[in-house]
Amino acid sequence: MNGDQMMRAHSATLPAPEFPVPVWVTPPALANATVAIVTSAALYAMGDDAFTAGDTGYRFIARDRRDLVLGHWSPNFDHAGVTIDLNVVYPIDRLEELAQRGIIGAVAPRHISFAGNQPDDVATIRLDTGPAAAAALRQDGVDVVILTPV
Amino acid sequence: MSVLAHVFEAAGIATVVLSSVREMTVKVAPPRALHCEFPLGRPLGRPADPAFQHDVLARAFALLGATSGPVLVDYPEVVEADDQPVACVLPPRFDPSLPAAVDEARGLRKAYDRALARRGVSSVGRAVTADEVPLALSVLHAIANGQDWASAGIPGGNTISVCHDIRTYYEEAALELVNGPIPGGRAMEDWFFDRTEAGATMLAARAAIRDSGGKFPIWFYMTPGQR
Repeated sequence: MNGDQMMRAHSATLPAPEFPVPVWVTPPALANATVAIVTSAALYAMGDDAFTAGDTGYRFIARDRRDLVLGHWSPNFDHAGVTIDLNVVYPIDRLEELAQRGIIGAVAPRHISFAGNQPDDVATIRLDTGPAAAAALRQDGVDVVILTPV
Repeated sequence: MSVLAHVFEAAGIATVVLSSVREMTVKVAPPRALHCEFPLGRPLGRPADPAFQHDVLARAFALLGATSGPVLVDYPEVVEADDQPVACVLPPRFDPSLPAAVDEARGLRKAYDRALARRGVSSVGRAVTADEVPLALSVLHAIANGQDWASAGIPGGNTISVCHDIRTYYEEAALELVNGPIPGGRAMEDWFFDRTEAGATMLAARAAIRDSGGKFPIWFYMTPGQR
């Protein structure tokens, strides 16, 4: 079993929070939608606050920033891919291209980064920082979020 | 990510998750998910492959047309993590009076500097700077050779941070030295731990801390778990 297979097997055993009454949002047509990225890679713009171990907060990433630091505390995933090409985790250039082609309406002015290694109960991101991040993106006019896990 | 999908939908934003652990996605059941069996850490699958990344995004955004959910679709192609160490030259021994890992780290400095100049950013710096990587390795070398880890003076006082910085320094430098195809999902990790003196030193220091009774989080997360 290689490292990825071990991590997937372990992750599959973690407690899973339940959402008994899930909300379903019908978005506008993609060509009219403002799209943001939310990643759990713990990326942050150079000069911003680093992620601490067990950090349940988030960082904004301005649309034009590409000088991003990988702040994730887990050694259990590939770090080289994002060093080679930011877009393999944070597909900001791909979104810009989709906007130029008119496939999406607009790229959001800010994007969001969390750390993937959260406490097992995920209480803070579920009840506090997650809703705060969502409210900020909603205020920016975001209609659609693509979530990229690390 | 699936938890955040529920949170963002509750705030009025439609979401699509690129799933990396299918069993967890099934359990948390976000409204829309594209399961991507790609190397962990590469949710868009292939670095420096815009066509592939666009295909992933197109299939993900297509799920926004569903009228009810949860929707879970598998991306049709699996990208396996590469378990072969990347082929990367290492500097020759220069100063035999130094521990091999310290000598090696010094020899990689120019490649690291080229990486920093080209990218304009580095993920080294959580506990030590690039200048301090050889010193950090000398501390790990001492621990591996019997010095008490608690009094060894681990830079920043945090084993996980210092190991992150050492490994990142090596990987950023190595990417300047590698020719040929882009390394696969575990190829750089395998190179670091299976081929370099620094990787061997880190593993030995980790074992020494474990064997001397160090608490689990102090030593375990110094390297990937399967190591």
